[in-house]
Amino acid sequence: MTSVALQRRKATALRVWTQFRLSRQGMVGLGILAVFVLMAVAAPLLADVRELNPVYARSQGNPLWGPPGEFPPLGTDYLRRSVWAQFVWGSRVSLFVGLAATVLTILIGSVIGIVSGFVGGRLDAGLMRITEWFLVIPFLPLAIVLAAVLGRSVWNIIFVIGVTSWPSTARLLRAQVLTVKQRLFVDRARSLGAGGWHIVSRHILPNVSGLILANATLAVPISILTETTLSFLGLGDPGAASWGKTLEEAFSNGAMIINAWWYFVPAGLGILAVVLAFTLIGRTLEEIANPRLSGER
Amino acid sequence: MSGRGRFLTRKVAGSVLTLAFVLVFNFFLFRVVPTDPVASMFRGRGVPQEALDNLRTAFGLDQPILTQFVYFVRETVQGNLGISYQTRQPVWEEIVSRIPATAALVGISAILSALIGTFGGIVAAWRRNTWKDHSITSGTMLFYSMPDFWLGMILLVVFAVVLGWFPVGGIVTAGTNATGLPLLLDQLRHMFLPALTLTLAYLGEYALITRSSLLEVMGEDYLTVARAKGLLDRVVRRRHAVPNALLPVVTLIAINFGFVLSGAIAVESVFSWPGLGKATAEAIRGPDLPMLQGLFLVFSAAVIFFNLVADIAYGYLDPRVEDR
Repeated sequence: MTSVALQRRKATALRVWTQFRLSRQGMVGLGILAVFVLMAVAAPLLADVRELNPVYARSQGNPLWGPPGEFPPLGTDYLRRSVWAQFVWGSRVSLFVGLAATVLTILIGSVIGIVSGFVGGRLDAGLMRITEWFLVIPFLPLAIVLAAVLGRSVWNIIFVIGVTSWPSTARLLRAQVLTVKQRLFVDRARSLGAGGWHIVSRHILPNVSGLILANATLAVPISILTETTLSFLGLGDPGAASWGKTLEEAFSNGAMIINAWWYFVPAGLGILAVVLAFTLIGRTLEEIANPRLSGER
Repeated sequence: MSGRGRFLTRKVAGSVLTLAFVLVFNFFLFRVVPTDPVASMFRGRGVPQEALDNLRTAFGLDQPILTQFVYFVRETVQGNLGISYQTRQPVWEEIVSRIPATAALVGISAILSALIGTFGGIVAAWRRNTWKDHSITSGTMLFYSMPDFWLGMILLVVFAVVLGWFPVGGIVTAGTNATGLPLLLDQLRHMFLPALTLTLAYLGEYALITRSSLLEVMGEDYLTVARAKGLLDRVVRRRHAVPNALLPVVTLIAINFGFVLSGAIAVESVFSWPGLGKATAEAIRGPDLPMLQGLFLVFSAAVIFFNLVADIAYGYLDPRVEDR
């Protein structure tokens, strides 16, 4: 990359950040997210991983279904395990699956959207037909059927979310590429002899990257909520306890009937907070990328 | 053919194509599984190889894949979706028996979320930047951010377990011999919490879309003219602003129907509501693949149908769409 382009990109990033800092909702979202990312990174310092093991929990003399008052800070579950440890370590799995699935979603959606919009013609028509199919077919039942066939693992969940949720990204990017393609600088580059790859990577991509970023941030909540639902329905990885898995175990072991609220309230609040954080950040980025949106607020 | 006829034909053909795509997907799903269906039927039991081969012939598994696909489509169209692994009953009958419970729950929730959400959106836009707007916008955002079934779990614990106002699950009180009106009231009491969960979880999008759509309309000149004529604020809102702003909401009803239906999968399990959603959760445990395939087909068909209805309705409401 030439130094001119690098400088221009730095300036753009700085401008986005300056605008972002002025948005209260954006900063609140970023603050919430920072707390949870720190928690996920520092999990070993916050809770002993052995607390997730029922045998260890029993040997420590933990109470069965101990309320928070008896076993601070969040009590114990039906296997005497610490709920706090599950919450802290669960944040790692939930965040990781949510982010990885989003990367896959955005990757598939961007490639299909950009190729479709840039190449056009019959390829575009075919790709958009497939996109429409995926948009109409109910996404969660499709994800359930796929996950049930593929088996229970973190990577399968990521794969299933990725291949079922890319269509809206593809359609959005295609529309944006179509308008960028009409701009004069693309014609100019082409008349100077630029090839397709050069135009896409140097002229189209920089002009849609803001949209990709905003779209990715808004896709994370969907990924996290889908992972939670799939885990709750018993399709989660048995070896990696996400927040959704905690909710599933709480539900199927009768935590609700005995009102062991400390077992299922924290995990749900964690999901709520992270989803809210990404939504707030995503909406702020969207408003920066598309200033017309902010006028109405 | 007239413009409207062409529009209808294109929409219906599109829906049929989409349904065909679902069928193809369903067919290949079993081929993704590495296991041989005949072998898995007799897992661990000593069945002679010859008998297995005979069964493969009987099931048509030795036929070329295209022939198998033709069989599959013919059987599916005739309503033969196979036999459930878990109950040993035909999948079609299992599904049909559970449709009424889900249709009632999802229908009521979809209608309520559309009505309440749209109303909230109108209030928020009309009273923009007041405490009403802020509380509606942040409230819907909060409900949108939580897993729907978790909201159900919280409502269940608070209103059924702790307060005891509503039953903890099911569709009727066990062992009741009520009929007629008392039975209906009993069922409604059981439906209250799951319907409340789905309504709260899915009204957010209506409120947000209605709000932004109305805000867009509110800048238009014809509203200024209506006000300049001296019309009352509420007349301007009801007669001039809202009807135009509601167009995008019509499309949302179809999309949201798909979401409410999907949401019912986990929410029905929480409240042991004996519908298609709970059947899906049970089929996952197996996994009962024929049942899952059948359910996927039914869910898809319902959503495709509602999308078609919404497209056609939109064409009537906004004639410009048909010309495109």
